[in-house]
Amino acid sequence: MSAVLTNPPSAPRQASPGLWALAWKRLLHDSVGMISLVVVAFFILMMSASYFGLIAKDWSRERGVSYANPSFMAGAENLEAKAMAERKGGAAVAPVDLSDIDPLAPRYKEWEERAAKIAVTEVKRAESLPFGGDKWGRDVLQKVVKGSEVSIFVGLTAAIFATIIGTMLGAAAGYWGGWVNDFLEWFYNIFTSIPYILLILAFASVATSTGKFGKGILPIVLILSLTGWTGIYRLIRAEYIKHGSREYVKAAQAIGASNWSRMFVHILPNVSHVALVQLSQHTVQFIKAEVILSFLGFGVPVDMVSWGTMLAEAQNELVIGKWWQLFAAGASMAVLVTAFSLFTDSLRDALDPKLK
Amino acid sequence: MTASPPILQVQNLDIRFRVDRKSEPFRAVKGISFAIPVNSTVALVGESGSGKSVTAMAILGLLPENAIVGGESRILYGGRDLLKASMGQLQDIRGKDISVIFQEPMTSLNPVFTVGEQIAEVLRLHMGMTGSQAKARVVELLNEVGIPNPQLRVNSYPHEMSGGQQQRVMIAMAIACEPKLLIADEPTTALDVTIQKQILDLIAGLQEKHHMSVLFITHDLGVVGEIADHVVVMQEGEIQEQGGVRQIFEAPQHPYTKALLACRPRLDRRPKRLPVIDDFLKGDGRPHLGERHRGTSPGDEIILEVKALNKTFFLKEGLFGKRAVPAVKDVSFKLPKGKTLGLVGESGSGKTTVGLTLMRLHDATSGEVLFEGKDLLRLTEREMMAYRRRIQIIFQNPYASLNPRFTVGQIIVEPMKIHGIGRDEAERVEMAFQLLKRVGLSEASFYKYPHEFSGGQRQRIAIARCLTMKPDVLICDESVSALDVSVQAQVLNLLQDLQDEYGLSYIFISHDLAVVKYISDRVMVMNEGVIVEMADSDEIYLNPKQEYTRKLLSSIPKGLEKAVELT
Repeated sequence: MSAVLTNPPSAPRQASPGLWALAWKRLLHDSVGMISLVVVAFFILMMSASYFGLIAKDWSRERGVSYANPSFMAGAENLEAKAMAERKGGAAVAPVDLSDIDPLAPRYKEWEERAAKIAVTEVKRAESLPFGGDKWGRDVLQKVVKGSEVSIFVGLTAAIFATIIGTMLGAAAGYWGGWVNDFLEWFYNIFTSIPYILLILAFASVATSTGKFGKGILPIVLILSLTGWTGIYRLIRAEYIKHGSREYVKAAQAIGASNWSRMFVHILPNVSHVALVQLSQHTVQFIKAEVILSFLGFGVPVDMVSWGTMLAEAQNELVIGKWWQLFAAGASMAVLVTAFSLFTDSLRDALDPKLK
Repeated sequence: MTASPPILQVQNLDIRFRVDRKSEPFRAVKGISFAIPVNSTVALVGESGSGKSVTAMAILGLLPENAIVGGESRILYGGRDLLKASMGQLQDIRGKDISVIFQEPMTSLNPVFTVGEQIAEVLRLHMGMTGSQAKARVVELLNEVGIPNPQLRVNSYPHEMSGGQQQRVMIAMAIACEPKLLIADEPTTALDVTIQKQILDLIAGLQEKHHMSVLFITHDLGVVGEIADHVVVMQEGEIQEQGGVRQIFEAPQHPYTKALLACRPRLDRRPKRLPVIDDFLKGDGRPHLGERHRGTSPGDEIILEVKALNKTFFLKEGLFGKRAVPAVKDVSFKLPKGKTLGLVGESGSGKTTVGLTLMRLHDATSGEVLFEGKDLLRLTEREMMAYRRRIQIIFQNPYASLNPRFTVGQIIVEPMKIHGIGRDEAERVEMAFQLLKRVGLSEASFYKYPHEFSGGQRQRIAIARCLTMKPDVLICDESVSALDVSVQAQVLNLLQDLQDEYGLSYIFISHDLAVVKYISDRVMVMNEGVIVEMADSDEIYLNPKQEYTRKLLSSIPKGLEKAVELT
């Protein structure tokens, strides 16, 4: 067109970035947040790789001597392995002649000959493993990797479910008040008046006896999330009561925003930091709770391994000075938990536009 | 003035704040110097961000961690430099020689101790009194600051007292050790006009009686005129002007001082637009505008009529008991189209409740709200939606009424989405840009979050949000009370322009009589839930009929009225 009709100069209009896009941008600048995110991502990758059988597939193979030393202290004395070997040797030394009373005695020779034909290769058991072995000589490092599968999955999903339940109920009670609040408060009071272990056992027996949820991990997730929402509910409820009377919510009502929109579009982002912090705390708590459940017999089946079962085993090992199983499980738990809390912390900061 | 050396001297005070590692420290106070003479009151006047409170904190040695004090700075008190004094020395001086009264008495008093215990603590700490001595002195002090029945009130907890009484307790605590210098940091800002007057009189009386000096910090020049001997005007960390109170009010030299004096609405005049600071700093000095005529006539078309509105709150008492607390009692009024109805009252008078009930943000107990003949209180939630957009409200606190997690764009587009205004997102965004321009904000504001704006700008955002719905009635609930004087003038001008342009009708709720007088055609005075008096704006100020109205009017600081005409 003509040069006369140029548009008036105005600031370039970009597409308005949403809350999450901005939060991501801010998170990128937060070195602590990024490092912890990388650590958490590493653990989740490790967990999924193990789930799909890419690593630690044969964690249950007994490849080392009993309580094999970690390779960085290979020379250390291993009394347990020695004792085990001696016991084996001793058994072979003194065969008792039972031919007088044993009707099968004449056939032993024949069987021995037949057995000799089958090639039995005695696997040479390793004296040391990368991070030591457990009682049966299984590799602790592989156990940790395999164990992360159960622990992280249980901890994380149960915490997410518990947070969702707690947030929903808390939002309803805090926002609506009145009889909704009364009802939920009564429910909460009754629920929390039952001793925690008893409650878990009650849920556990229902979840496992009906058999509807199968065996293994799913019942644990259900048990933990259905019993663990109470604290989150109380906190979120308090936040909603506080924010419900704030002017920005009144302003939203004045422009005609629906109850749903006020509850979840307006208030929720402003109280999300509470939910996020609770999420990280409950993840930790649930990883530990899985140990208790395993101990009580409602945890993971015997053919599986989790950090919880490893810690339970480690109790006895520690007495005889075998610290590596405890250290492996404990350290990975500590690293994950620390990284996870730091990450949720950074996430909370990133979601708050006021903090830069 | 006096031959004796000043009690406190501030020399070249320069304070910076480290904000973060990357940016330059923010310079809050830029090398200011002033002195506080013995036995006199110095007022430090400035708007928010002028550095006045930072200066006070520096005197007390209460600056936050990230503050950097310039090497040339000195605060001389009794021959010592307070900036170089040790922690221990400062603690000796604080509370004993120099004491403070803060703005919010409710948060400055510890709720779990009785007021007697709190005052006695100061006495024991600094005067070395024993328990019984201190107690006797506390009663004396409470009596001195005008608390009735001091013998009994000694044992009251802070929440059992009103805001004014709490501030009196704070003052009693501050003068307990007979300080030589009292720093009052906005001591009356949180209080009603009538209480404000009492507190000002009290401070003035005590100053005279105890021969102390007072540093009175305020944003309101009007207050200063009654109490100060000497005025220091600060703007953006610099002193623009200082001098005797008469000189400042009668012959201000600096354009900023002139602007501050002029942009506050006055009871005796009503220009078409309020002068703003830019008029003085950039323009020729004073916009020559005629007076605006206000008032209503019986023939005005009525847009909103309220009949016998009642609102009762119920407080829980005991296990099952309830106690009725009537907040609004039989309120009736008519709002003419395109006019402004002012609603004045002190806190607790029920004026805000009226506003919220009209919007159905509270459920009314009984009564009718007729909007174009339809009773809004009887409509279902669904029917109400159509009317929601036609009555809008702007809240008092622009810091609280905008969702901190929404960008300004989201805030403004949201109501359009809810009410289906605009064909699609693009059109709505376009409308949002137009409205931002209309209320005087840049296009870039669209992408920012509320906390990035100042109070006045946030209030503009709130106004823009209301305008998206093209309302007929706008309820302004203390909408300019939290703003600085100069910003207040700008927002009032904006509201006036919008009324002229779109023919909006306003219900203007405020405790500030001067502002209400300026903007309203008709004024209602409320007290304890009842409308005490209602008349046209000029009428009610010239001939108040009721005792309560007269009391309110006499409490307005008269400082500005003393100022001579600025030409």
